[in-house]
Amino acid sequence: MKSNDKLLKDLAPKKFGKLGVIWTSLLIVIIIAGVIAYIDQLIKGQIVTNMRDYALWGIYISNFVFFVATSFVGSVTVAILRLTKNTWRTPVVRIAEIIALAAIVMAGITIMIDMARPDRLLNLFIHARIQSPITWDVIIIPTYITLSFLLLYFPLLPDLAILKEYYKKDKPTLSKWYGKLSLNWKGSKVQKSIQTKSIQIIALMIIPVGLILQTIDAWLFSTTYRIGWDSTNLGPYFIAGAFVAGIGALVTIVYIIRRAYKLEDYITEFHFDKLGKLLVLACLTYLYFNINEYLIPAFTATEDEATHLNTLFTGHYAPLFWFVTIGGLIIPIIVLLFKKGRKPLPMFIIGLIVVVASWWKRYLIVTPTLLHPFLPIQGVPESWHHYFPSVHEWLITSATLAMALLIITILVRYLPIIPIQRTADEQEELLKTTKNAEQ
Amino acid sequence: MKNNNKNSRRKFLDKGVKFSLAAVVGGIGLSNIASKLNAKPAKGSEGKIELMTTDGTLVEVDSTEVQEINHPPKEDSNKYNVREGFPNRKFVMVVDLAKCKNALKCQQACNKGHYITGDNAWLKVYKMQESKETAPYWMPTQCQHCDQPACVTVCPVDATFKRRDGIVLIDNERCIGCRFCMAACPYSTRVFNWKEPDQGEITLGAEYSPDYAGFPSVKGTVDKCDFCPHQIVKNELPFCVTACPNGVFYFGDKYEDTVTNGEVTLRLKKLLEDKAGYRLMEGLGTEPSVYYLPPVDRLVDFKEGLDKYKKFQSTEKS
Repeated sequence: MKSNDKLLKDLAPKKFGKLGVIWTSLLIVIIIAGVIAYIDQLIKGQIVTNMRDYALWGIYISNFVFFVATSFVGSVTVAILRLTKNTWRTPVVRIAEIIALAAIVMAGITIMIDMARPDRLLNLFIHARIQSPITWDVIIIPTYITLSFLLLYFPLLPDLAILKEYYKKDKPTLSKWYGKLSLNWKGSKVQKSIQTKSIQIIALMIIPVGLILQTIDAWLFSTTYRIGWDSTNLGPYFIAGAFVAGIGALVTIVYIIRRAYKLEDYITEFHFDKLGKLLVLACLTYLYFNINEYLIPAFTATEDEATHLNTLFTGHYAPLFWFVTIGGLIIPIIVLLFKKGRKPLPMFIIGLIVVVASWWKRYLIVTPTLLHPFLPIQGVPESWHHYFPSVHEWLITSATLAMALLIITILVRYLPIIPIQRTADEQEELLKTTKNAEQ
Repeated sequence: MKNNNKNSRRKFLDKGVKFSLAAVVGGIGLSNIASKLNAKPAKGSEGKIELMTTDGTLVEVDSTEVQEINHPPKEDSNKYNVREGFPNRKFVMVVDLAKCKNALKCQQACNKGHYITGDNAWLKVYKMQESKETAPYWMPTQCQHCDQPACVTVCPVDATFKRRDGIVLIDNERCIGCRFCMAACPYSTRVFNWKEPDQGEITLGAEYSPDYAGFPSVKGTVDKCDFCPHQIVKNELPFCVTACPNGVFYFGDKYEDTVTNGEVTLRLKKLLEDKAGYRLMEGLGTEPSVYYLPPVDRLVDFKEGLDKYKKFQSTEKS
């Protein structure tokens, strides 16, 4: 049995080693490069991107969709596992919530990067028109940011109080900060009951809000006439895709943190096994909606739809399409269905592929459709017939991804990524039951 | 007239306000007269005047008792307002595909008149062919000024709007540059100012108004055909209509049932009936204000247009 001291020593935030410092600096460098590129975009206009009148949305939008999708892990893992009383969630929920918060914050920033007139941001409130799906997004994203933040913060309170005590002698300033953030947590009965109730309410709220968020994201596309977007399947298709992207990201990051912080005792193969089962469920669900989205329409495709599907199946986008379908969906399903596939290392590799495939999947949702309008593309320069992101777009997009990782890194550095109080409580409980069993 | 609900509601409210205003003012005036009628004439009368009350009966009033009532200022319903448009008009266009031979004068006039500096013209002449066996033809398109505009529905800030006279315009001083309207438009007629428009000094002193698109164009916002309200107000036809040497474009008012290409003036209904007019992608339900006449019995040779056809160019500069 681990004593509480050992628990604290293991789980309290630790200073980064050399690798951590290099990692953080690398992220900061990428972010600076992106900020410079963005300033240049502000000055010159979006001419610095490769978007034009036909490919009028590009990786800013697909990256935005990716962030929104990834943020879904907050409602799935945290809220659903909580409400279904899956106790194995304890060591991974905080990481999931951190990912969700970082992703949804970056989604909000990314969509503003796509706006050609960010100086008129306030018009979205002053002149808001409720029938526009963008207005729905303006409402739902801040709501989801707030809920994600609270779902991360409220369960943290007892841990912050513990850390306040833990650092009292060695690091008084840090201790003071933890104290302030712990909102005077004493662990009294009243406090505990308020906390439990609040978390319960937030967990209940974040599920519908998360579902609505993903759906609105889908409606940004399906409220247009465009082939490939104008689909009733798009809402659930996006939800299922978000399920995959979110858990993929969770698996990957859990693995890295486990290695970096040597948490093998806390995040065990059992947890990876459970996460693997969750991911395979997500992939199977997504596969189902993919069949609905791509395979079944092929039977009754109109000429325009057939052109669209052909560029995906056999045409220009075929390599990418089959990479995201086979690499990001079929192979994970096959590997994760076996117990051996749900060991930490294979899970990490699969998780990484799933995340990369999820990102490109959104690119495939946005770009090909725009390049197949109803009227033929004529009278514009040859380069407008294609789209591939420019250097500016890559720099800025990389910076948003780096910023999301930096938020995660900073939170991991200063927060106990495995709930200390909860783990202690659970171990006590375990001790009690074993004692009872012995008697 | 199939205007959108919002407009008819606005109209209703507008009328209601006017009626109640008129009633109040009328009531005050009447009671004024009535009180004076009851009073004994103070001074010597200078003859009687016959007046009709609002319920139609005639009354005689001493002429000294008659005072002029200050009428409220004329309601602005008859005044031009950039978001409401010209009152009691509904602008339409008819494009006769049988006459088009890709002379591209329309495009040049439009580009010039709207100071278009980008690579994508607002008016394009497409080379069309439905299938291998059917004849190719030239099809000019510009903003279809739909009565159910998909672009207006998705705009989050009401920057693009539909007027009562049927015209769809863009307020470039409000547009946030999200390009959702461009994604929504099935006719691909919207054009974006990806950079600071290179219009030079021509538009420098121009005072911006949504009803003269391109004068000036605004960086990071959307542009498109505006149906030339700036010409209508001068009693002139849109640039493309006057420029076309073949009389392809007819412009007019649906309420007046009249369209003209500058030379001939025709009845809209009869023209659409006789020549089997249609609208682009009718099945989408966007209800365009632009009608097309099919390319039948052509007097022009399709091939003549091929010399001018440029697959990758629609503006002069590129």
